[in-house]
Amino acid sequence: MSKEDSNAGFDCRQAFAEELAALAAADPRVVAVCNDSVGSSNLGGFRKAFPERLVNVGIAEQNMVGVAAGLANAGLRPFVCAASPFLTGRALEQIKADVVYSDFPVVLCGMSPGMAYGELGPTHHSIEDLAWLRATGDLAIVVPADPQETRAAMRWALASERPSFLRIGRTKVPAVSPEGQGFTPGRAVVLRPGRDITLVAIGTMVSRALDAAERLAAQGVDARVINAASVKPLDDATMLAAARETRGIVTIEEAVVHGGLGSAIAELLVQQHPARMRILGVTGLAPTGSTAFLFEHFGLTAENIVRQATELLDTH
Amino acid sequence: MQFADPPAAEAAAPLVADAAAIARWRTLRDEVAAASPERRALTLQAASRHVRRQVLHTIDAAGLGHIGGDFSVTDILVTLFDAVLRIDPARPGWAQRDRFILSKGHCAAALYSVLASAGFFPEARLAHFAAPLSPLNGHPNRRKIPGVETNTGPLGHGLPVAVGCAAAAQITRQDFRTFVVLGDGELQEGSNWEAAMYAAQRGLGSLTAIVDRNRLQQGASTGDTNDLEPLPDKWRAFGWETHVVDGHSHAELQAVLAAPPGERPRAVIADTIKGKGVSFMENGVEWHHKVPSAAQYAAAIEELSK
Repeated sequence: MSKEDSNAGFDCRQAFAEELAALAAADPRVVAVCNDSVGSSNLGGFRKAFPERLVNVGIAEQNMVGVAAGLANAGLRPFVCAASPFLTGRALEQIKADVVYSDFPVVLCGMSPGMAYGELGPTHHSIEDLAWLRATGDLAIVVPADPQETRAAMRWALASERPSFLRIGRTKVPAVSPEGQGFTPGRAVVLRPGRDITLVAIGTMVSRALDAAERLAAQGVDARVINAASVKPLDDATMLAAARETRGIVTIEEAVVHGGLGSAIAELLVQQHPARMRILGVTGLAPTGSTAFLFEHFGLTAENIVRQATELLDTH
Repeated sequence: MQFADPPAAEAAAPLVADAAAIARWRTLRDEVAAASPERRALTLQAASRHVRRQVLHTIDAAGLGHIGGDFSVTDILVTLFDAVLRIDPARPGWAQRDRFILSKGHCAAALYSVLASAGFFPEARLAHFAAPLSPLNGHPNRRKIPGVETNTGPLGHGLPVAVGCAAAAQITRQDFRTFVVLGDGELQEGSNWEAAMYAAQRGLGSLTAIVDRNRLQQGASTGDTNDLEPLPDKWRAFGWETHVVDGHSHAELQAVLAAPPGERPRAVIADTIKGKGVSFMENGVEWHHKVPSAAQYAAAIEELSK
């Protein structure tokens, strides 16, 4: 029984490691690049199967991303696997100049993003990544919600031959993707239809939005739930439809509220179809606490989603 | 001034190979390969003078550029493109080509002049350097310029990418080589040393880093800013086969750059003079990015035409 069958929820890194090995077996161009993160990126199996195709540069993120660009220049297809705060923060200029501006087919895999390293504190949280990277040229940004979507996003990223950033979560999540659902850039998935209000979530927050929708249904509120895994490009049509067809939008993300998913949707709607919104996310550097505690602390819970949605409808 | 102001549409046109220039360059390569050492030196010196004149025209037309560093790196670039690199300007995407990366991307005018001399695009396009919508951006852009391997400009980026190229050759068992030119001031960026350490760890013998050691950075000497010495010892300590050569001697450069790869990555510290070739620019810190006046332009052209 694989971890994906566990009732406790899934660590997407397991699916990531299995899919990476499958892609490498099928395509000799696939290599993994990491920063002493063989363990935390779950690359032990990959190293065993493809020892020459694991490029571990040591604790040196700037070099790691530059090396990945060079590997891509010479025809390889690197998946850069590193803890998301260090990949996106330490190597941001390399991401901008060497990968995005140079337009190399590098798949940047931000492992354990958001507040997955709860107690380790803000240095180890990756809550700014979406804001930083949304502002960085033509880079696809994907936040998969479960193992199935993680695998699909990886397959798409390799086939795209373009730069991309995938957030690969370690926080356990339930499976939320409809059977057979793949990944299409610029396409959000409506997980639950609804006419009263829309909940748009990504990653770890998708299951919480679904939970909130159940609770709202018990109160007679019909909530639409959208998984917006493709943060960039955003599915404009689906967001505009939600703005037209429901009475408000609540966005939920394990990221800072400045410049992430909520901002992306607000930027779109304010110019094309203004809607009432609540943007739930992380409002600043986190205090000490577990991931579960921090979700409570910042109101990233089904209870708070229900409260915010209800307030939005009541004040309408 | 050699170039007239170009119309915008002309400046924005994509760069395409110049078949006649490629043919001339191939003849030059053959001559250089077959010539006696004396004859070869004269041929490469003439090629360098031509490139420096092109740099001067290019910067004069654009009204901007980094002429001091362009002139210090010219002989290194000419040696690489006319005597060392395994390249085919007619096939810039040829998988087996040697990779060349100009990490000190601000010296784009020198690189563009050398690429044009080899026929990657027509020399006339140098008139469009930094013009609105031109593919010839102030710093090199691989998406627009054949012969450019990666986009540089922010310092400390070229060596890590070069390490990636060389690592790919090692992983896929290909025999192409990778050459990267670094500014000396640029070595103050820590990313270079991350990459240097890892290149030695992997034993990347196909990788050669050339340091354009002109001892001046934007506002002062490297020694007065953040000293790099003992520079050869630093490279040796990082596990590199290290050489110090006269960066204006094509013969010394060619000997070390064309030597077969060893077991370790190779560092070539090329002692150079910023502004080399124009007496009043040489070793003048103000010529980092100063643009010559009309009188200075004429005087410089005269010196470079001797």
